[in-house]
Amino acid sequence: MSNELDYLSRRVASGKLSRRDFLGRAAALGVSATFANSLLSSAARAAGPVKGGTLKAGLVGGESTNSLDPALMMTQVPFAFGKCWGEMIVELSPEGKLENRIAEEIGSSDDAKVWTLKIRDGIEFHNGKTVTAEDVAATLERHSDEKSKSGALGYMKGIETIKASGKEVVLTLKEPNADLPYLLSDYHLIVQPNGGKDKPDAGISAGPYKVKVNEPGVRHVGERFANYWQGDKMGHADQIEVVVINDATARTAALQGGQVNMINRVEPKIVDLIKRVPGVTIRNHSGPGHYVFIMHCNTAPFDNNDLRMALKLAINREEMLNKVLRGYGSLGNDFPINASYPLFTEIEQRKYDPDKAKFHYKKSGHDGSILLRTSDVAFPGAVDAAQLYQQSAAKAGIKLEVKREPGDGYWNEVWNKQPFCASYWGGRSTQDQMYSTAYLSSADWNDTRFKRPDFDKMVLAARAELDEAKRKQMYHDMAVMVRDEGGLILPMFNQFIDATGPKVGGWVEDPHQELCNGYALAKCWLEA
Amino acid sequence: MSAPIVKLVAQRIALGILLLLAVSVLIFAGTQILPGDVAQAILGQSATPESLANLREQLGLNDPAYIRYFRWLGGVLTGDLGTAMSSGQDIATSIKERLWNTLFLAFWAAIVAIPLAITLGLIAVRYRNGWVDKLISGVALASTSFPEFFIGYLLVFYFAVQHQWFPAISTVYDGMSFGERLQAIALPAAALTLVVLAHMMRMTRAAILNVMQSAYVETAELKGLSASAVIRKHALPNAIAPIINVVMLNLAYLVVGVVVVEVIFVYPGMGQYLVDHVTKRDVPVVQAVGLIFAAVYITLNIIADIAAIVANPRLRHPK
Repeated sequence: MSNELDYLSRRVASGKLSRRDFLGRAAALGVSATFANSLLSSAARAAGPVKGGTLKAGLVGGESTNSLDPALMMTQVPFAFGKCWGEMIVELSPEGKLENRIAEEIGSSDDAKVWTLKIRDGIEFHNGKTVTAEDVAATLERHSDEKSKSGALGYMKGIETIKASGKEVVLTLKEPNADLPYLLSDYHLIVQPNGGKDKPDAGISAGPYKVKVNEPGVRHVGERFANYWQGDKMGHADQIEVVVINDATARTAALQGGQVNMINRVEPKIVDLIKRVPGVTIRNHSGPGHYVFIMHCNTAPFDNNDLRMALKLAINREEMLNKVLRGYGSLGNDFPINASYPLFTEIEQRKYDPDKAKFHYKKSGHDGSILLRTSDVAFPGAVDAAQLYQQSAAKAGIKLEVKREPGDGYWNEVWNKQPFCASYWGGRSTQDQMYSTAYLSSADWNDTRFKRPDFDKMVLAARAELDEAKRKQMYHDMAVMVRDEGGLILPMFNQFIDATGPKVGGWVEDPHQELCNGYALAKCWLEA
Repeated sequence: MSAPIVKLVAQRIALGILLLLAVSVLIFAGTQILPGDVAQAILGQSATPESLANLREQLGLNDPAYIRYFRWLGGVLTGDLGTAMSSGQDIATSIKERLWNTLFLAFWAAIVAIPLAITLGLIAVRYRNGWVDKLISGVALASTSFPEFFIGYLLVFYFAVQHQWFPAISTVYDGMSFGERLQAIALPAAALTLVVLAHMMRMTRAAILNVMQSAYVETAELKGLSASAVIRKHALPNAIAPIINVVMLNLAYLVVGVVVVEVIFVYPGMGQYLVDHVTKRDVPVVQAVGLIFAAVYITLNIIADIAAIVANPRLRHPK
């Protein structure tokens, strides 16, 4: 009973339950109003940030080959640790608005071609130097350079010149882009002294925590940076630690055993079990993330649109959503955008249709089995999903051969290399960003090899369009094109399912990425 | 020590070194057979014929294989294992810590497992075919028959989740006190102990039972010695050679065969390091780790051979 009261009072403190409801439920549990009121006030007291302690996260997505170079960040551990030690030019707030960080002000010319970033005064790097406009400019330059192999390169290429003068950085774009500030919130663009050109993996920026221990694939430790410029908002724990736990069972056990305070990627099939563990809170939130099967449009047999269409029709989305995600998600429609993006328009939902799939399959002229690669790490339940897909496709007369690949190295050896595999996308903050990252002909991460000059033109036109209604129509047309001609099979959008242990306060629901957009360690605190 | 023994021991050691050299050739040859080369692996998607040629030149990949082999072997002998392709870190430095962790875990598992296995074996012989014998054999065989990950998860569930006596994950790092390290590795060490226990226990039991058939054991019994004394004084010393052999085999397993346990308990040892790099086709690391594993295996087998020779009275006291 006390557990339940505790839980309820925390709900009131976090604004999810009204005071009146709380007192009503407390009375139902046989508690006097006076006692219930005192409980409430202690929960409210505990709701403010508490300084001190060590906050630990056990996360999947780290390997002994990881580096601190922000350009090379790809998996969850470098991403989440990067948010602790790195400081961004601009960030997305949990409400989806722009939050200025190192840039105090961002303005553009009327045609959205020339952008000016005003650099905030008095932000300090971990090495004691002050963040200057030159550092910001150098960071952007490095990520625009092919040699940096940056994950942000795809759209950084759209910047023609980068100039620092005084306290301002002026960016001139090749083509107008109304979304530029959103692009600058990409997690790779951590501002480093001299842009990290001297030593890209030095791990020095201006974030709330300094890198103390960096053992790739094992653990990463940060200690609070005393001169962090907004210490009241972030950096509550004295020390934060990321422990790499790639095994899902070990991760859950570590949370239950109290070795870590939070974990990411709780498998949907065990969520209902974890919920019952005292002290553990499941933190699920829908976002733009999606689970996919990707075909290379330029590789046989997937270079045939009928075959692609057959495969899209041969997947039973509803079954997959219910069995693999246990309902913790929503149906996908073969284009990477959902209602969490601005300017989204509904398009008719594609359904499982074995007869139609059979028709397109026959028309494609393909014969024999099709190899689908999958792995535990592609997304939670990816192996099960591939097997469900195999069965639903078999009913349409399409033979899928499922190959289970080892998890470690999947992102280097299979994804973006093999013509048909399971994968996931975390999503981006704007439609333009999503399409620029993975659907432009020139994008490095064009993992469906969707190379269509006409589509590229549409992306560029939509980017420069300032009329919202027209832009919305353009995005609708692009979505239809990807949906009907692309190499993306998107059965479902997932929810981020993280979990926290007892006494973790300050969790913020953020639709952009898991773990409060990576800021969980920086924003949360340990209640006394 | 007499001359023939010294000669035999020297022979074994020389043979071991020769074997290690042969293994190094095999490892090198094996990694050469893999499709693609180091230059291709480093450049990945961005490889152009020109940059490939440059990098091959720079890495000396155009030399014939035997020259590259001797260059690699020379490096290994002087402690230079090269740098990892995937992260650019010095292999020797990264391996040192990992190897130390693996040996630390193996050492403590062995400290518990070996005396326990031999004692249980002795007890089983003393009460052979009785319920004690059957209980010991049954439990030990059962624990070996379960896959290691199952035992691992059971231990985690009971000791880490239900009772929270030990941590569920065994991450160890610099700055941990000795006690903390011991507590961290308690569960993986227990899992390993359970895995290797039965093999050693059963071999001890079988070796001693074999000797128990001998005439001198009968004599000892007729002299009126107690059953325990017969086993301790007459049977065990004569059965020691096969026991040492099986102990060494299991020691080798504790070092080179613990990948699964390392993954379950998130223990930063050699196994996980190897797996990480195999999947990245990081050839220099795979070669280095393969060679170290081979060296451990061969060394422990030499020790077992030598111990067997020294323990054999017929070899110690030739006519």
